[in-house]
Amino acid sequence: MSPWTFRICLVAVLGGALLLSVLNLAVPESSAVHVPTYAISLAGKYLSYAMLALAVDLVWGFAGILTLGHAAFFALGGYAMGMYLMRQIGPRGVYGNAILPDFMVFLNYKELPWYWHGFDNPGFAIVMVVLVPAVLALIFGWLAFRSRVSGVYLSIITQALTYALLLAFFRNDMGLGGNNGLTDFKDMFGIPLQQDSTRCGLLVATGVFLALALLVSRYLVTSRFGKVLIAVRDTESRTRFLGYRPERYKLFVWVLSAVIAGIGGALYVPQVGIINPGEFSPANSIESVIWVAVGGRGTLVGAVLGAVLVNLGKTIFTGALPELWLFALGALFILVTLLLPGGILGLLGRAPRRPKNVTPAAEPAE
Amino acid sequence: MKLLRCLLLLLALVPFAARAQDDPFAGFAGGFEDIRHAIEALSVSGDKQAAPVIAALQNGALYVAPDKSLWIKQDDATFNARTGEKVATPPDDLKKVRVNNAVRGTIDAAMGSLTLFSADASERLKAAEAVFTGRNPGALPALTRALAQEKDANVRLVMEQARAAVVISVPDSSEADKLAGIAVLAGRGDLAAQSLLDSLATNQPPAVVAAAAAAEAKIARVQQVWALAQGVFYGLSLGSVLLLAAAGLAITFGVMGVINMAHGEMVMLGAYTTYVVQQVMQTYLPGAFGASLFVAIPLSFIVSGAVGIAVERTLIRYLYGRPLETLLATWGLSLVLQQAVRSIFGANNKEVSTPDWMSGATRWGGVTITYNRLYIIIFAVIVVGALMASLRFTALGLQMRAVTQNRRMAAAMGIRTPWIDALTFGLGSGVAGLAGVALSQIDNVSPNLGQGYIIDSFMVVVFGGVGNLWGTVVSALTLGIVNKFLEPIAGAVLGKIVVLVLLILFIQRKPRGLFPLKGRAVEA
Repeated sequence: MSPWTFRICLVAVLGGALLLSVLNLAVPESSAVHVPTYAISLAGKYLSYAMLALAVDLVWGFAGILTLGHAAFFALGGYAMGMYLMRQIGPRGVYGNAILPDFMVFLNYKELPWYWHGFDNPGFAIVMVVLVPAVLALIFGWLAFRSRVSGVYLSIITQALTYALLLAFFRNDMGLGGNNGLTDFKDMFGIPLQQDSTRCGLLVATGVFLALALLVSRYLVTSRFGKVLIAVRDTESRTRFLGYRPERYKLFVWVLSAVIAGIGGALYVPQVGIINPGEFSPANSIESVIWVAVGGRGTLVGAVLGAVLVNLGKTIFTGALPELWLFALGALFILVTLLLPGGILGLLGRAPRRPKNVTPAAEPAE
Repeated sequence: MKLLRCLLLLLALVPFAARAQDDPFAGFAGGFEDIRHAIEALSVSGDKQAAPVIAALQNGALYVAPDKSLWIKQDDATFNARTGEKVATPPDDLKKVRVNNAVRGTIDAAMGSLTLFSADASERLKAAEAVFTGRNPGALPALTRALAQEKDANVRLVMEQARAAVVISVPDSSEADKLAGIAVLAGRGDLAAQSLLDSLATNQPPAVVAAAAAAEAKIARVQQVWALAQGVFYGLSLGSVLLLAAAGLAITFGVMGVINMAHGEMVMLGAYTTYVVQQVMQTYLPGAFGASLFVAIPLSFIVSGAVGIAVERTLIRYLYGRPLETLLATWGLSLVLQQAVRSIFGANNKEVSTPDWMSGATRWGGVTITYNRLYIIIFAVIVVGALMASLRFTALGLQMRAVTQNRRMAAAMGIRTPWIDALTFGLGSGVAGLAGVALSQIDNVSPNLGQGYIIDSFMVVVFGGVGNLWGTVVSALTLGIVNKFLEPIAGAVLGKIVVLVLLILFIQRKPRGLFPLKGRAVEA
């Protein structure tokens, strides 16, 4: 993770987002270099995913926590944003109810459930985008790290967490749209979402937030804190014997990572136009881990690179050869773990040596 | 004078009325009301023609001639309804005796009391049950006679209950009879008895009302016990499914420490093997279709086991000691296997049929036991028993335990550890294939079959304590029962969520499960 790779990545993220927006807005449609609007939304989606990947890399690459449930934080941030966007629809819904969203009218709700109050205020919604994933991560992490659940066990309970949330959000009684989720958004901060300029603005905003998250993450992992974190990853018990409290380091980075994922989700929803419980499915979380593995674990930049490349591949593949996509994704999982443990950046010689796994369960059964 | 004439007239009419009652056949020529009375009278008359006549009425084969004589038409032949003799030339202008719903109800009740005298005990039992539900006062004499000659204790019991049911619903029964009836019904103790007591007419003597209330309370207690037993059965059933799904994982994850996210796909392969076996047998051996599952059991073990061995040799052996990488690689493998099955068989659910001997249900007291669930419980017991026995008593099992306990020492003793690894993994996968056979009977066979079980399976193994088969058994059954008891309180989905959250919390308290391994093996 040389400074140069990092700078190139920052420039690519910010410059790419700006360039695409300019090519969409300022260049006439007849031109060969014009970028269609759907490509803008697609790029915004990739960058939101990159934030999720960055969040995964923070905990997996630097704290050794293989999370199989990070999409839960992403989806929670997305739902918080989705609730705000739902309230923004107001009386323009199909049923024309100024207070209740369409699905609530449909399900015979008489009044707004208590947790929907306040979401008509954008400031409150933004606070919730950060707070909801953070609180969940705090409770979960505090319980898990305090009792030293680690390695595979931790992976499995993170998966159980997102699975439980998936089941919960599928219920209509949850008051969050059930199976169909939240959709049919009209505008954000008073600006219509369908406009080209709004879409470009969202893309640039995602780029800016991603760049900020990259800067914060890099500052964190290169600081003294980050050094301890890496020590925890490599030999947790030795770090503990040296007098550090590994659970505190893990908990801090875990909550920070959840917040980054939540912001990513909040940026994802207006660009995709829907959030539904499918985002909680364990498969999504595991996919985000493979983005990190493809790009290069423990490099931050690799996470962004992997997320964009794999999702670009997915878009192309599912369009051209939908039958083969799962074969390709499955093969990617197998080949990267077997042959390319350092990811693409490792191939380029930019990544540090593959982090050694020395969690207790990692030793071969002997 | 007027009164006297009336009385005389009545006296004159009595013989006719009496005769109409004496001749149960007469009413069939009348209106619906007459027909109903006729059926009731006939059914208790003991006439040998009662059963054929009422059966003919039920089948629309009873005819009435203009002279009100009755005839039964059967397969182009005509019989005299009273005598049962076949006649060569039936009278002209036969009109079918018509029935309405009220009459049909009476017919059913009458058929019930008629078969009370059947030679077949199960027929008599059915008839007594029919009287119990019908509560036709007219059946009382027949029932009393049947009771007097009944030898079978079981049938006798039901007949007494039926009699009690009739007695307490007849308003003019004596108080003592009613109290006795209530006592009998309390002994029966099921929902039917409860609703019967509940519907008892209001203007009863206070002693009867009190007795009925006490009996209802007693029945309610009995019902609670049965509901508990039913819940335990459902829980065991779910637990045995979880156990089957997790048993293979208890080997690959528990004993070997390999995180096999493609475990669910091994289950899925077993289910698809069952499907293929059924398709082939339906085409080439339709006679032996009932045995298809017995062919599928070894085959799915072999198919899933072979795939498991191939996976171990080509993929997992390069990843020993790197559990997180194993997790990712096997997840990729699961995607490939799912898509492969989807490409070959299509994305739709496949129809796997249940053999006749596995369908249906039986009642044991107040508990309904469906055969497929029962057989799955038995199957789970056999599979886990065989698995434990093979680990404990076979040479392969001995070598497996040696390798997992001390790999280097085992190798020094001449055990070919790579092969043991492959075979252990194959065994775990094969057991997953066996689970697939069972799951094909109760779940949709689709490429996503395995995904639904993978999280549950891992939870079962972790909850029970990794590396401990008994722990897996206890944890699967516990989770199954807890889940089923939460369902009525919280609903199916919320119940599952609660169980997941409880498990997450449990793992915080005891990260190594209910029955953790102690000593050196812990750090292995």
